[in-house]
Amino acid sequence: MNELVFFINNVVVSGTVSGSIYAMGAIGVTLVFSIMRFAHFAHADMMTLGAFVVLLLTTLFPEVGGVVGLPSALLLLPIAMAVTAVAAVGIDRTFYKPLRAHDVKPIVMVIASLGVTLMLQGLIRLFAGTGSESLYIAERKDIFRIELPFELASRPIVVTEPQIILFVFAIVAVVSLHLFLSRSRLGKAMRAMSDNPDLARASGINTNTIVAVTWVIAGSLAAAAGTLLSLDVAFKPDLSFFLLLPIFAAAIVGGVGHPYGAIAGGFVVGFAETLAVFNWSVLLRPIRDSFPEWLELPSNLALVGTEYKIVVPFFILVAILVWRPTGIFKGKVI
Amino acid sequence: MTRALPIRELSLFVGLLVAVLAVYAAMGAAYSTRMLVEAACYAILALGLTIQWGYAGQFNAGVMGFVALGGFAAMFFSVPINPAFWNSEMPGELGRALLALVASIMLIYGATRLDRLGIPKRLRTLIAIILAVVLYLVVISMLRDVTGEIESRAGFIGGLGLPAWVGWIFGGMLAGGIGYFIGRICLGLRSDYLAIATLGIAEIIKAFLKNSDWLTRGTATVSPLPWPTPGARDLGFVLARALYLSVTAVVIAVIFFLLHRAYHAPWGRMIRAIRDNEVSAAAMGKDINRRRLEIFVLGCILMGIGGAALTSFNSIFNPQGYLPLNHTFLVLVMVILGGPGNNLGTIFGAVLVYIIWIMSEPLALFLMENAATLGQGWFGWEDPGNLDSRALQARVFVIGLLISLVLRYAPKGLIPEKVPRYN
Repeated sequence: MNELVFFINNVVVSGTVSGSIYAMGAIGVTLVFSIMRFAHFAHADMMTLGAFVVLLLTTLFPEVGGVVGLPSALLLLPIAMAVTAVAAVGIDRTFYKPLRAHDVKPIVMVIASLGVTLMLQGLIRLFAGTGSESLYIAERKDIFRIELPFELASRPIVVTEPQIILFVFAIVAVVSLHLFLSRSRLGKAMRAMSDNPDLARASGINTNTIVAVTWVIAGSLAAAAGTLLSLDVAFKPDLSFFLLLPIFAAAIVGGVGHPYGAIAGGFVVGFAETLAVFNWSVLLRPIRDSFPEWLELPSNLALVGTEYKIVVPFFILVAILVWRPTGIFKGKVI
Repeated sequence: MTRALPIRELSLFVGLLVAVLAVYAAMGAAYSTRMLVEAACYAILALGLTIQWGYAGQFNAGVMGFVALGGFAAMFFSVPINPAFWNSEMPGELGRALLALVASIMLIYGATRLDRLGIPKRLRTLIAIILAVVLYLVVISMLRDVTGEIESRAGFIGGLGLPAWVGWIFGGMLAGGIGYFIGRICLGLRSDYLAIATLGIAEIIKAFLKNSDWLTRGTATVSPLPWPTPGARDLGFVLARALYLSVTAVVIAVIFFLLHRAYHAPWGRMIRAIRDNEVSAAAMGKDINRRRLEIFVLGCILMGIGGAALTSFNSIFNPQGYLPLNHTFLVLVMVILGGPGNNLGTIFGAVLVYIIWIMSEPLALFLMENAATLGQGWFGWEDPGNLDSRALQARVFVIGLLISLVLRYAPKGLIPEKVPRYN
């Protein structure tokens, strides 16, 4: 039983954590793609930007959270989401809109977004340095140990406070995004523009508004995902570096331009990563005695070492491009 | 169509010459020659990218990975033989593990062909996947044992002790091989996928080189790497570096000549036709995906050679020294600023941007120190202390800004590609 608990702690919990983060990032990438038709490489840095704004605010007001009993960073998150959303719209107005007006090829937009990536990285590192900092400044991170009511399970399931916040937030975000896209007028206009931009324009949809709304959603989700990830581990200026490839893999796995697919893709990539670095011989240990003599169990049965974790999203990406470029939910082929 | 005197090019190159001479006057001959050699190596990289981006419109976001592969090959072929490894039984064990790897790849490939024997396709896929997972685990645990032993007993497997230029050639081949693999997967799809995939493969190559201590000594780095020319000990810094510069200049001249001929040949016209109008090129019966793959692999080969030359010159193989910022985005700026699709413009851009890049560090530090002193004097600011590293981060910002500005205001570069018109 303890092996099972180990499995839950190391795979189920951490897979859900990274899956939710990737899902929230991939939704942004997929929305931006479906409205503006280019792969937005600066998305992971928007996540870092959001987390950085939270870090700044928390350093300024470290005691705010004590009033309601939540981490200060969480309480200040809405402000950071708003700031990042405004920044995203501003970046679009300054850097992408002129290029769009010139009707450049989509790949030029990709290069421009790489330029934005570098600018954001430079700015964040200029102010935050290069070290990592915890977002828990005045408080302590709560850790919940859930004892299992079985006799054989002596170890508890361990969940931390930021992880629970992350799960709750991800569910709320996904449900409200669903309601927005399916019920509200703006959401329907967005879907119309994603399906056929010319027809949408001809039927009187203000494309500038739609573009701005897309950036607001993408930016605020990115800020939330970045902050929640930094709450769980710590804020690092090179956070984006480990997020970019999984996010794109998630968006493509789910089918580009398909928000629900992006959520599924995020969890596929997140779980694939944790399953690949999980040491399977731990699970096989209880039944080791029943193995035949010649089959010796190596002590390390992980598919890839943790240092090669980045290979997993890449492998998924390659596999999906070879076998099913539209993704599991039949998105567009970009 | 052609002017008698290309005034624009001439004045730009004279300006570049003045800039180089100014650096010589300010920083001394040894430093400036080193800068020129590095600029020449970057020019090879930039030529590789200009083929991909300028000739064919493919965007490679992972130049760093191909540079690192070239650097690895230069290291592996030129470093002296390690007797502690070769005189033990470990080469045999490593060979057995590698043989097992090859055998399992063939077995898995065979399993994917089982449907030819009348086995249903679903069952075939299932068999192939299970076989792949099991064999992968077997091979990887064999390799883990052998490499662990090599690391603990011999350090690393050492090199082959061959001349440096062999490593350069193999560096090009290695980079071309990986480029072929990536190109096969991504070139049939929209160009965004290529950008994502090259970005990923570059990071994987770096992770592999960094963590395979048995092959590359990982973070412990390998140095010194032999030069293809007599070193500084025999000739002194300036002369040795000048000799190295002439070798790279010959390489550039050869590449330039070949590319020039290719560009004006029917092959070059076909490539440009595919870039400018894919549909009509396909209608003329051109095999678009095949040509794209050719171009992509060719560019990767040049990047491998350039990376090998750069690593040999630095005389140290440090997997962590391959930075996306230097080796991908700097080269991108060189190509876009110089003029994508114009070889002369690319070389001009490479040298110009590299001079700016090298000189920006002391300049940024100087500016920031001044700002800090002024701030202290006027407003009583506290000095953040680590100005050096922060000045380096300012360069990240500047490169990003430069990319955006060039794309916006000069997408054709300083020396644009000349499109010949026949009337």
